[in-house]
Amino acid sequence: MKKELIKRMYETAFTIRRFEQTAIEQYRIGKIYGYLHPYMGEEAIAVGTITALQPDDFIVSTHRGHGHAIAKGHDVSRMMAELFGKQTGFCRGRGGSMHVANMEQYNLGANGIVGGGIPIAAGAGMAIKQKKTSQIVLGFFSDGAVNNGVFHESLNLAAIYNLPVIFIIENNQYAAATPYETVNLEKDLSMHAKGYGIPGITMNGNDAVKIYEAMQAPIKRARAGDGPTLIECKTYRHMGHHVNDPGLYMPQDVMEAWKKQDPVDILASYLKDSGVSEEEIQAVQTHVEELMEAAVKFADESPTPSVEEFLAEIPAY
Amino acid sequence: MSKIKYREALNAALREEMERDPLVFILGEGIGEKGGSYKVTDQLIQKFGAERVIDTPISEASFVGLAGGAAIAGTRPVVEILFVDFALLIMDQVCNQVAKFQFMTGGQANVPFVLRTQGGVGNGLAGQHSQSLEALFYHIPGLQVVMPATPYDAKGLLKASIRSDSPVIFIEHKQLYMTEGEVPEEEFEVPIGKADIKRPGKDVTLVTYSFMVGESLKAAAELEKEDIDVEVIDLRTLTPMDMDAIFSSVKKTGRLVVVHEAIQRGGIGGDIVANVVSDAFYDLEAPVKRIAGKNTIIPFNVSLEKECIPSVDEIVEGVRQVYFS
Repeated sequence: MKKELIKRMYETAFTIRRFEQTAIEQYRIGKIYGYLHPYMGEEAIAVGTITALQPDDFIVSTHRGHGHAIAKGHDVSRMMAELFGKQTGFCRGRGGSMHVANMEQYNLGANGIVGGGIPIAAGAGMAIKQKKTSQIVLGFFSDGAVNNGVFHESLNLAAIYNLPVIFIIENNQYAAATPYETVNLEKDLSMHAKGYGIPGITMNGNDAVKIYEAMQAPIKRARAGDGPTLIECKTYRHMGHHVNDPGLYMPQDVMEAWKKQDPVDILASYLKDSGVSEEEIQAVQTHVEELMEAAVKFADESPTPSVEEFLAEIPAY
Repeated sequence: MSKIKYREALNAALREEMERDPLVFILGEGIGEKGGSYKVTDQLIQKFGAERVIDTPISEASFVGLAGGAAIAGTRPVVEILFVDFALLIMDQVCNQVAKFQFMTGGQANVPFVLRTQGGVGNGLAGQHSQSLEALFYHIPGLQVVMPATPYDAKGLLKASIRSDSPVIFIEHKQLYMTEGEVPEEEFEVPIGKADIKRPGKDVTLVTYSFMVGESLKAAAELEKEDIDVEVIDLRTLTPMDMDAIFSSVKKTGRLVVVHEAIQRGGIGGDIVANVVSDAFYDLEAPVKRIAGKNTIIPFNVSLEKECIPSVDEIVEGVRQVYFS
């Protein structure tokens, strides 16, 4: 794999990591409120899958969606502004952390309902089929969503209509606080693909480079009009379900083992192996730190949405 | 002008909009070769092919959500749910996703989504195939709710709905499909959000919609014999609601009756009455009245079933009460 590509993936993963840490800091001092579901520990999935896309391919995200948005190239200042509830945010403060969307970059939105985005992903695939373009869709969701009816229905719809959709299960092993093995007897969730007559792949969700490579065949299949693929990426959250969940139900030894397989560190070691110097890595990190500082400043100084504008926009229906 | 059936008017609207705009496609259970349970999509698959007239598995939540996603991603789907009763399976996708997307994204995207379905009492279809559930959708911000009563309105409103950039819940009535009415052959649209005076009158304002429009007109004809002149307003659209049409009629008559088939509790009628009482109280010369479905599950037995929804006689009696009070 080309050095530049690995470097880009590392920078994206590091940006996601630092964005989440920064958002948590801002939450703690009261600049961000409501729900915030950090993506820390799962960065490799967004980076490995979305880096393999074309800019006009769609993504459908989840409540834990900052990583997908950043991997899709969203401006982190406008992301942060949305988390702050500011007018300059992608959704003008109407959506917040759980509803970041950016149509210009083909992000059809995060979603506050677990599994709620899966039919939407199939629908974007249907729109592509109707318009006969060569785009594809990545639909992200969690192990928790796999137990929802719309997962099974939508997989079937995408399969029977040959839709250009790749369904990505981010198996972080907890449906909020419920361990996935207590609510799924089948441990490899990609096995569900078999029931719908499509390919299923289970892989390590912490190695972005391997994920990127594994995406090539499903992407080719989707673009060729040969139909959907189900991919399960096994990973682990680095904290509880949301910013105010200490995750005490997560065994420390398991957490430590997963943290030794930190997706950002794994990318850093690929970088080193490809001959990138410590200084270059340092330069990437410095750049990201500047981005974070600028994002917080931008969000902080941005105007709050106008109440008058909001009231004037309320439709008659 | 020619006389066509309600279902033929809907069929013509779909056909014409699909001819006009290649981004319009339709999906639902048994809408292809079968042409739909009520023949609304008859012959469309022959004309437009299976790519644009899509038969779905019985997966209501997901194929409606799929339509929502397709709307967000730039097409204009018309999705059919066989019975409004089955719409209870799709509420997350309609109320949390489709209805909210435009707002929650700060207005970044249009959602040109039309859900066609049908409701109301038929003839012994029992508790899960006979309901009138419009109030559920009426309650959710972000949805336009359209309920045409005549072939003319059905065609014109379905065209307007397909051309709308915001979600529409389009509820037909199973007892109206075979009714006939004049529909022009040339192009026309009926605007969403405009009520229609189906019968002008000076004594009592009767506000209604869907199947009850016809029943109310029959009642008005009876009352005419007693020199009670009823103005029948067909709302046609529940959201946005044309309150101006109601206010100006009440200003003229001083009397208000609301008639609907849906159960009274939590129904549209209560909201209309509350709006009139709070905003036009001094135009009223008599207590207002709601004539609505009984608060019951619809029974199978047809003689019990007909007790559930307002009859022409009940409407006549209700209007008399308001007129003489």
